[in-house]
Amino acid sequence: MIAEFAAQAGLAYAFVEREVALMKRYWLWEVVWIVYGIVTSLSVAFIGIAAPAISGNAVDPATTSRFVLYLLVGTIAWRFMGLVFENIAEIIAWERWEGTIEYTFMAPVPRLTHLAGMAGGTIVRAVVFSVTTLFAVMLFIPVDLSHANALSAIVMLAVGTVAFMGLGIASAVFPLIWTEKGLQMAYIVQAVVLLVSGVYYPTSVLPGWLQALSVVSPATYVIEGMRRALLDGADLASLWPLVWPALLVGLLSIPIGLRAFVAAERYAKRTGRLKRSG
Amino acid sequence: MAIAVRDDIGPPTVRISRPALLAHGVVKCFRSSGKDVRAVDDVSLAVSRGEIYALLGANGSGKSTLIRVLSTLLEADAGTVTVFGLDIRADELAVKRLINRVSVEASFFKKLSAMENLVYAGRLYGVPAADARTRSREILVRLGITAARHDEPLEKLSRGMQQKVAIARAFLTSPSLLLLDEPTTGLDIRSKREVQTFVRDLRDEHDATILLTTHDLDEAERLADRVGVLHGGKLVAEGTPSELVARYGGRGSLEDVFMTITGRKIEEADKGEEEAGT
Repeated sequence: MIAEFAAQAGLAYAFVEREVALMKRYWLWEVVWIVYGIVTSLSVAFIGIAAPAISGNAVDPATTSRFVLYLLVGTIAWRFMGLVFENIAEIIAWERWEGTIEYTFMAPVPRLTHLAGMAGGTIVRAVVFSVTTLFAVMLFIPVDLSHANALSAIVMLAVGTVAFMGLGIASAVFPLIWTEKGLQMAYIVQAVVLLVSGVYYPTSVLPGWLQALSVVSPATYVIEGMRRALLDGADLASLWPLVWPALLVGLLSIPIGLRAFVAAERYAKRTGRLKRSG
Repeated sequence: MAIAVRDDIGPPTVRISRPALLAHGVVKCFRSSGKDVRAVDDVSLAVSRGEIYALLGANGSGKSTLIRVLSTLLEADAGTVTVFGLDIRADELAVKRLINRVSVEASFFKKLSAMENLVYAGRLYGVPAADARTRSREILVRLGITAARHDEPLEKLSRGMQQKVAIARAFLTSPSLLLLDEPTTGLDIRSKREVQTFVRDLRDEHDATILLTTHDLDEAERLADRVGVLHGGKLVAEGTPSELVARYGGRGSLEDVFMTITGRKIEEADKGEEEAGT
C-alpha cells in the first residue's frame, strides 16, 4: 500500500518537475503573467484608494484601507484559484499545442495520478505568482494586515484550491470533446464563476438569479472566508460555515470531474480526437 | 487497379505459442465528409517475440491508424488486440507498461532539453531520474548526439536529431514491444542508416519485438523479418521478404511485390493519396 502510494507519488512528481522546468524555459512568459497580475491587482486596489474621489464623499483612512484590502483579497485570491483552474483546464489544449498529447496519454500513468501531478505543478506556479503579486503590490500601496489571521486564510485558500482543481478537471473535458472550441467553453465557465462569486463586490448586490448561482460557486465561500480572516482575523471555528460548502464542492467535483474526464478520454479514443492536430 | 485479395496467407502463422502482438479482425472507421471511411479493415496479424515486422503501405493505407490502435490511443470499432496475452482494453495500463511508440513527428516539449525530456519520460515509466540520465547519455551518444547537445533545448536540434532523441526515449523505457511509425521519414540517408542500425541492435541486445510502419521499401527489406502489405486498410499480403518476392516479385524486389499487389508503385500510391486528400 505504502509502496504503491510512493510509486504513484513518483509518477505524479514527473509532471511537477516538468511544469517547473517549463516555467524556467518559458521564463519570459512567466514574467509577463506576473507583471500582468501585479498591474491588474494594483489597478483594482487604486479603485479602493479612489473611493472618496469617485463617491464625492469624505471617507476616513481606516475605511479606505479596509476597502483596498477587501479588493486586494478578492483579486489575489481569484488570481490564485483562476491559475489553478486555467492550468488544469488547459491540460489538453496545452499538450496538443506542444504536440505531446499522444505521448502523455500513452504513458502507463493512471489518470488520477496524471491530474494530481498537474495540479501539483499548478499549485507551485500559483503560489509563486500570488506571493510575488502580494509583495509587489505592498511596495506601492500600504496594506494593513495587522488584524489578519494567516492560518485561517491559508486554510481557506487550500480548500478553494481543492474545489478549483475539481472544476478544472471537469472543464478539461471540453477540449477533449470539442477540439477547436473546447477551451473557450472552459473559459466561459471561469468567467461565470468570476461574475457570481463576489470577487470584487458582495454577492448581495447581484440580481436574485445570479445570487442563486453564487451559492454553488466554491469561490463565493473561499473569498468571503479569506476576507473575514485577513480583514477581521476570523479563526477557523468561526469560518466553518464557509469552509464546509467549499470543501463539499471540492470533494464532489474531483471524483465527478475525474469520471467525466475518463469518459471523455474514451470518447476521444473512439473518435480519433486524442491527437496533436485535434 | 489490381488489388490482390489476401486469400493466400490465411490465419497468421507464428513461430512461438504466445505472440508478442496478436491482432484479430481489427476494424476502425472514421466519418469523413458525411461518409464512413474504413481506415483499418478487418486486419489480423501476429508478431512473434523478438521479431521485426514491417507494415508496408502508401500514405493513407491505414498504417498509422493501426499503430494508434495498437498503442491504445485509438479504440477499434471491432476486433481484439493482445500484447503478450494482455488485452489492450481490459489491461490497458499493464499493456502501456510493455509498449512504447515512436511517431513520424517527434513529440516533445521543444523548449526542454533532450535530457529533460528523457528524464521526464523515464519517470513516467518508473525509471529513477539518476538511472535515466546515465542511460540517456549512453543511448544519445550511441545515436551520434554528442554530450554537448544533451542539455540544449530540443527546438535547436535538427529534425533528424529530434527523431533520434525520440528513438532514445523509446529505448530508455526498455519496451517489450516497440511500435515505430515511419521512424525514418524525412531523415537524411546517414541518420536513416544510424536509426536502422540501432533498431536492429535493440532487437538483438534487448529481446525487443518491433512493429514498424514504413513506405520505404528499402527500409522494410533491410530491417524486417516479415513484411505485411497494407492497402486500403486491408492487410493484403504477408510473409518474409523472400517469400513475398517468390510469390509476387517479378524482378525480385519488394517494389515489384508492391506493384503486383496494388497495381501501383508506392510513390504513385502516395501521390494519389495526397491528391485525394487535397
